[in-house]
Amino acid sequence: MSDPILSLSGVKTDIGQYHILHGVDLEVPRGQVTMLLGRNGAGKTTTLRSIMGLWRPRTGSIRFDGAEIAGLAPPQIARRGLGFVPEDMGIFADLTVEENLILAAISGPIRRDRLDWVFSAFPALSTFWKMPAGNLSGGQKQMLAIARAMIEKRGLYLIDEPSKGLAPAIIATMARALRDLKADGASILMVEQNFSLARALGDRAAVMDDGRIVWTGGMAELAADPALQERLMGLKMEVA
Amino acid sequence: MVRLFLSGDDPQSRILAAILLIILFALAFAPFLFPGTRSLETAARICIFIVVVASYDLLLGYAGIVSFAHTMFFGMGAYGVALATRQMGTGYDALILGTLAGTVVSAVFALVIALFSLRVRAIFFAMITLAIASAVAVLVSQLSAITGGEDGMNIRIPRELGPAFRPFDEPVLGINLSGRHVNYYLVFFSCLIMFLLMLRVVNSPFGRVLQAIRENAFRAEAIGYRVVYYRAMATMLSAAMAALAGAVFAIWLRYVGPTTTLGVEIMLDILLIVVIGGMGTMYGAVVGTAVFILAQNYLKDWMGGASDATAFLPLVPDLLDPDRWLMWLGILFILSVYFFPSGIVGRLRGKT
Amino acid sequence: MTHAPEHAPKMARLSLSDRLEPWLPILLVPAIVVFGFVLIDSPGSWLTLTVSGLAMGMMIFVIASGMTLVFGLMDVINFGHGAFVSFGAFVGVSVLVVLGGMTGASSLALNLLALGMAMLAAMAVTGAMGFAFERVIVRPVYGSHLKQILVTMGGLIVAEQLIHVIWGGEEIFIGRPEMLKGSITLFGATLEKYRLIAVGLGLILFLAMRAVLRGTKLGLIVRAGVENPEMVMAMGYQIRRVFVMVFVAGSALAGLGGVMWGLYQEVITAQMGMEIMILVFIVVIIGGLGSVEGCFIGALMVGLLQNYTAFLEPKLALISNIALMVAILMWRPQGMIPVIKAK
Repeated sequence: MSDPILSLSGVKTDIGQYHILHGVDLEVPRGQVTMLLGRNGAGKTTTLRSIMGLWRPRTGSIRFDGAEIAGLAPPQIARRGLGFVPEDMGIFADLTVEENLILAAISGPIRRDRLDWVFSAFPALSTFWKMPAGNLSGGQKQMLAIARAMIEKRGLYLIDEPSKGLAPAIIATMARALRDLKADGASILMVEQNFSLARALGDRAAVMDDGRIVWTGGMAELAADPALQERLMGLKMEVA
Repeated sequence: MVRLFLSGDDPQSRILAAILLIILFALAFAPFLFPGTRSLETAARICIFIVVVASYDLLLGYAGIVSFAHTMFFGMGAYGVALATRQMGTGYDALILGTLAGTVVSAVFALVIALFSLRVRAIFFAMITLAIASAVAVLVSQLSAITGGEDGMNIRIPRELGPAFRPFDEPVLGINLSGRHVNYYLVFFSCLIMFLLMLRVVNSPFGRVLQAIRENAFRAEAIGYRVVYYRAMATMLSAAMAALAGAVFAIWLRYVGPTTTLGVEIMLDILLIVVIGGMGTMYGAVVGTAVFILAQNYLKDWMGGASDATAFLPLVPDLLDPDRWLMWLGILFILSVYFFPSGIVGRLRGKT
Repeated sequence: MTHAPEHAPKMARLSLSDRLEPWLPILLVPAIVVFGFVLIDSPGSWLTLTVSGLAMGMMIFVIASGMTLVFGLMDVINFGHGAFVSFGAFVGVSVLVVLGGMTGASSLALNLLALGMAMLAAMAVTGAMGFAFERVIVRPVYGSHLKQILVTMGGLIVAEQLIHVIWGGEEIFIGRPEMLKGSITLFGATLEKYRLIAVGLGLILFLAMRAVLRGTKLGLIVRAGVENPEMVMAMGYQIRRVFVMVFVAGSALAGLGGVMWGLYQEVITAQMGMEIMILVFIVVIIGGLGSVEGCFIGALMVGLLQNYTAFLEPKLALISNIALMVAILMWRPQGMIPVIKAK
């Protein structure tokens, strides 16, 4: 890829007195799904949060669509076209499903075609349209979280562990929606612990360990090499 | 020896040590150094408020809890003495029993408030104490049958502590000593003991845990300290000390009333002194109180002069009016919180 | 947030008590009214007290709403909020004095116009003060409740003193506009006109606030920000700017409340804000810090209880509200309508 949508170089982030990222170098190609993998505590979530500006990197450069965004405030970064689905989903429980989506549409009223698309991907959201999001089940909340990112076209979607704690049937719905998003030509950077989901969706993979990227390559290459997986991630991935 | 009394808490600054020594010396020999009723009143007030402010510092500076009920506890001690002497008649037994009763009641009251509000959120404490203290103040001024209402109560104290008593026939160092002076030394020594006791507490392991909680409550909890327990203990201790000081104040003044003990103004004064003197230093209470009370007595005169001298200017005389000194103090207070949170003492110690 | 495994839909199977629970706080207000009716033997006095309790409650709500939202949005506790109340009252009363010709006229329209101008002036001044207060006093101490309490208390002291500098004196007595004086009689009860107006104005403000919070994007940002400010930022909204707006609006409302309160008491003092803050604190605590609805319900309860007890046993008026606070906190330690906070 000659022109990545996002590139990080030498990103170091501290949380309090702890150094979490020790210099992350990463390129996210356009129109592809990049999976960010690694064991717990490797720095995956911190990487996403650093990109969003929620934890400001101490040093390093983050270029999005050709422009430097490191050091900008989160709202400015978001307005450049990054959609963020955090690990805890960040649902506004007191707001209805509708209100959650209205807020997510930052550039104006919700576009009808986008909404239809969201409803076709997640029919449950239309059922509970006027319901406080706090009343949704865990899976429905995750769908809403992804729907909020999808409701407008973003340059890049940052999605943190969408399958976490969800039942297989829900994961399947989610996978379908994400594949839809991918078919639409979206660029996605996604953290995922569920290797079969990662393998099914990912074009490329980047593996983190101890605050650095230790391996990048094609997802298929990683999936085909159990020894490599074990070396990079310390445990055998159960390949379904 | 000195270190033993100070519980190993060195002033850590020559200037601070010198100031503390001067204050100690001045208070110890106040009747001889500054003869006259007004000076003696001022000296006694300084002694008592050093204890009140130090006990507030225990809570604010060491435990990081803001309370607006400190004068309530102060008042409980004072009213304890007043009510006991009214019930039991004049005598040392009434004074002691009243002091103890006031102290116990305020400690228990503090414990209840602490358990009730600190359990939920530390910031509730500030709001709840403000509400409770004002409710109690209103109640005290309304229940005149018990408390004497707005007028307060005069307290009859044993003759040996009153102005009519003459311990010596001859003047001592040129001063005719009276029971007032005996009373003053009662105030001085009880306050000195209480202050050293608090210095001991904050330098004990208990005090260090409090500071650890103030710095990071979550971490302290994670290490295994029961934060609520420590905070509640600090609240109780602080309230008990305030009540003791209140009792001494009542015995000294021979009077107790809502404005001398329970008023919002006194509460604000305490808050201002602690912050300007230096939170979490104990010595800040000494320096702050001495400066504050001297300023209250003498700076106001100066402001009055300055106000008159600038009478031809617009607004300036109003700003310099002696009644407005609280405004300047408030500004100083805000600046202190921003720029030198450890106050005068912190400055002298070279920390900010 | 926990990620529980999928359950069967839980909305269908709620017991009666479960379904009633969200409504309990709202039901407490009529409960207090009924309670008052039982204890006060004369229905006429009861109605009079109910109206003045509601009027008082509405004014406390107007004052408290900004404070609770400011806390909810940025976790900022403003002990200086009372300064806006006092300032608002002094500005409003000064305007009414200047407009003496209009307030003295026996024309309701002119009276209301004067009142409206006084209120707008008070809101403009306290709103501007709020802007400055946020910048100078509050902004440097984000994140530390201890410093916030200290510094905002300091701000309150200075503001109170400034009132003395500007207006001098201790207290100003103020008469209500001509047509708002006196009372009407309804079912044998004497109802002061001004109190009825205060109730109406408070209700309108509450409904307007609700409409803004539920019906506009700004309102959605505020509500979402109370719950999870970080996510609101990550979506692309400048929550800081919204916070400043809420702070200014809350200060302006406090100023408005000050004018209303001053005319209710017919006397204003520099300390009035601080005194009202005691009730405001009780209200925001029992309502649930950050909740506008909780604040409204709490304010009405406090206003009613205060008036009923003042009639039955004057000495216990404030104590009764402390008791109410204790009771509510035993029942729901986070207040009647706890605000869901992320993390």
